[in-house]
Amino acid sequence: MSGHSTYEPKTGIERWLDARLPIIRLGYDSVIAYPTPKNLNYWWTFGGILSVCLVLQIVTGVVLAMHYIPHGDLAFASVERIMRDVNHGWMIRYLHANGASMFFLAVYVHMARGLYYGSYKEPREVLWILGCVIYLLMMATAFMGYVLPWGQMSFYGAVVITNFFSALDQVIPGLGSAITTWLWGGFAVDNPTLNRFFSLHYLLPFVIAGVVGLHIWALHVPGNNNPTGVSVKSKDDVVPFHPYYTVKDGFAIVVFLILLSWFVFFAPDALGHADNYVQANPLQTPNHIVPEWYFLPFYAMLRAVPQKLAGVLIMFGSIALLFATPWLDWAKVRSMRYRPTARWFFIIFIVAVLILGWCGGKLPDDVIIPMGKNPDGSPTGFSVVHLSRILTAYYYAYFLLVLPFVKNFEQTLPVPDSISAPVLTEKKG
Amino acid sequence: MATVNATNDVHGDDPSRRDFIHIAAASAAVGGVAVTLWPFIDQMNPAGDTLALASIEYDLSKVIEGMQATVKWRGKPVFVRHRTAKEIAEAVAADNEPMRDPAKDATRHKEGKSEWLILVGVCTHLGCVPNFGTGDYGGWFCPCHGSVYDTSGRIRKGPAPLNLEVPDYEFVSDTKVKIG
Ligand code: HEM
Ligand code: FES
Repeated sequence: MSGHSTYEPKTGIERWLDARLPIIRLGYDSVIAYPTPKNLNYWWTFGGILSVCLVLQIVTGVVLAMHYIPHGDLAFASVERIMRDVNHGWMIRYLHANGASMFFLAVYVHMARGLYYGSYKEPREVLWILGCVIYLLMMATAFMGYVLPWGQMSFYGAVVITNFFSALDQVIPGLGSAITTWLWGGFAVDNPTLNRFFSLHYLLPFVIAGVVGLHIWALHVPGNNNPTGVSVKSKDDVVPFHPYYTVKDGFAIVVFLILLSWFVFFAPDALGHADNYVQANPLQTPNHIVPEWYFLPFYAMLRAVPQKLAGVLIMFGSIALLFATPWLDWAKVRSMRYRPTARWFFIIFIVAVLILGWCGGKLPDDVIIPMGKNPDGSPTGFSVVHLSRILTAYYYAYFLLVLPFVKNFEQTLPVPDSISAPVLTEKKG
Repeated sequence: MATVNATNDVHGDDPSRRDFIHIAAASAAVGGVAVTLWPFIDQMNPAGDTLALASIEYDLSKVIEGMQATVKWRGKPVFVRHRTAKEIAEAVAADNEPMRDPAKDATRHKEGKSEWLILVGVCTHLGCVPNFGTGDYGGWFCPCHGSVYDTSGRIRKGPAPLNLEVPDYEFVSDTKVKIG
C-alpha cells in the first residue's frame, strides 16, 4: 500500500479491471510483493493466525445464528438443540467457543510480542492503538457472546460486568443506575438484554474486521518491525511476503489449528464452566462465579481493591495504559533484545499477569501462606487478595515507572547497524 | 471569509450575513442530528410493557420462622425473610457499631413487624444474589466478591458500598404484602 507498486497486469481482463478498480493490485502489493524484513521469527506469525481466528469466528457464528434463538425462555434450549440435534452443531459450537479462547491466546501472544520488540514505538503508534481498539472490541464481543447461551455463568457474567457502570453512582448519584437500566432495557438483566447483546454480538465482529483493515493499512505504511528493532535500511534487509512469509505463516496457522482441534475434539469444555450448562436463574447466583480465563487477570485487579469505584477504575485503567504505552516508553532502543535490564522487567511483567490470572480464578480470601487462625478456626494469612494487590501494583509500575525511567539505569547492548549486519557477521540473531 | 470588510465588492459579500448563514446551517444540522439520534438511544430504555410490571402481592404465611423466600419482582429477586428473635436481637445490638452505610435496624422494617425483613436481593457491589444465612454476620454472603451483610441486610464487610435496598412495600393484611 505504500511505496510504488510493482504489479503488472498480464492479461487483458486484469488490465481492464486495473484501470477501473485496482483491487488485484492492492492484493498483490499487500500479500505478494510486500517487502518484509527477512529476519522475522515465529512471534510474527500471530497476525496471520489472528486473521484466521476472525474468519473462523464469523463463519461458525453465522452458522450458529441460523439455529440460535435470542430469547430468555428459549436461548438455553436452542443451544442444547444445536449440541444434540442440529447436524454437526456440536462441532460448530465447540469451534466457536474454543475458537474464541484461541483468539485471545493469539492476541495475547501478539501483544506481548509488540511489547517485547518495541513495536509500539515511533513510527508505529497508530498501528499499536488500532491494535488496542481491536482488543477492546474483542473483549466486548466475547463478553456478549458468552451471555448468549443464557446459562448461569452467562447470566451472572452479564450482571457483574454491566454493573461496573453502577459504580458511577458514586460520582454522580443516579448516573450509574440510569446507565445500567439503559443497558439492560429493564430493571435487571433480562430478555431485552439478551436480545440486544445478540444484535451487537453479530455486529461487532464486522466492525473488528473493518478495524483490522485499518490496522494492516497502518502496518504497511511504516512496514513491519523486526526482532532487532532496527529499521529497514536497504533492499538487502527485506524479502517479498510471498513465498517467504505466506509459507511461514501458513505453517504456524496449521500448528495453531491443531491446537484448536485438540481442544474441540478432546477437551471441548476444558476452558468452560460446568455451571454454564445450568439455565440462567435470576434468583440464585452460583457459588463460585468466574469469568472466562482470558478475563481473569483483570478480574483479579477488580477484586484486589476493596472499594467499588476504585476497583472498577483500576481495572479499566490497566487497559488504558496499553493505549498510552507509545508515550510511556522513553528509551531509544526498540527491541528488548538489546535492553538487558528492561528485558528482566518485561519477563516479570508477563509472569505477574499470568499469576494475576491464577488469582482471578481463586476465591479472594483463599489463603496462600497461612499465618494464624480466625476465631472460627479457619486459617488466615497472606491471601489471594494480598497477592493480587502486589501484582496489580507491579502491572502499573511496569508502565508508569519501568518503561519511562529504566533507560536511565540501563546499559544497552550494541545495536546492529542494519538487519542484515548481524545475520552476516554473527552466527545467531 | 478572509476578505473581511472588503468594500461592497463584486458579490456584495457581507461577512456578517455570510457568517450568520453558516452558523444557522450548522446549528440546524447539529440540532437535527441530535433530535434524530435521541430515539435511537432512548429505544434501549425499558419499554412500556417492562415498566408496566409494577407491583406484586405475596402471602407471608408461606415463610416459616428462620427461613427466607425469594420472589421475583421487576426481574429482580426480592428476599422475604422471617427473622428469628435471636436474629432481630443481633441486628439491634449492632445498631451503634461502625458501619459503611450506617442505619438502625428499626429503619429497615415496617413498624411493629420486626420479624419481616423485605429486601431487594441484589448485592450493591456488582449485582449478584447474596446467599441466605451465610457469612460472618448470619445475614447474607455474596459469592461473587465476598460482601457480607448482617441480619438487617446492612453491609459489614467486603467491597459493596451500600446496604441491601429496602423496596417500596406495604402490608395489605397481616399476612400479605404488596411489593412495588
Ligand atoms: C470476534 C469474533 C467472535 C468472538 C470472539 C465470539 C465469541 C463468542 C463466545 C465466547 C460465545 C459463547 C460460546 C459458548 O460458551 O457457548 C459465542 C456465542 C455465540 N456467537 Fe460468537 N463470537 C464471535 C463472532 C460471532 C459472529 C460473527 C456471530 C454471528 C454472526 C456469532 C454468533 C454467536 C452465537 C449465535 C452464539 C450463541 C451460541 C453459542 O453459545 O455457542 N459470533 N461467541
Ligand atoms: S457482587 Fe456481591 S460482592 Fe461483588
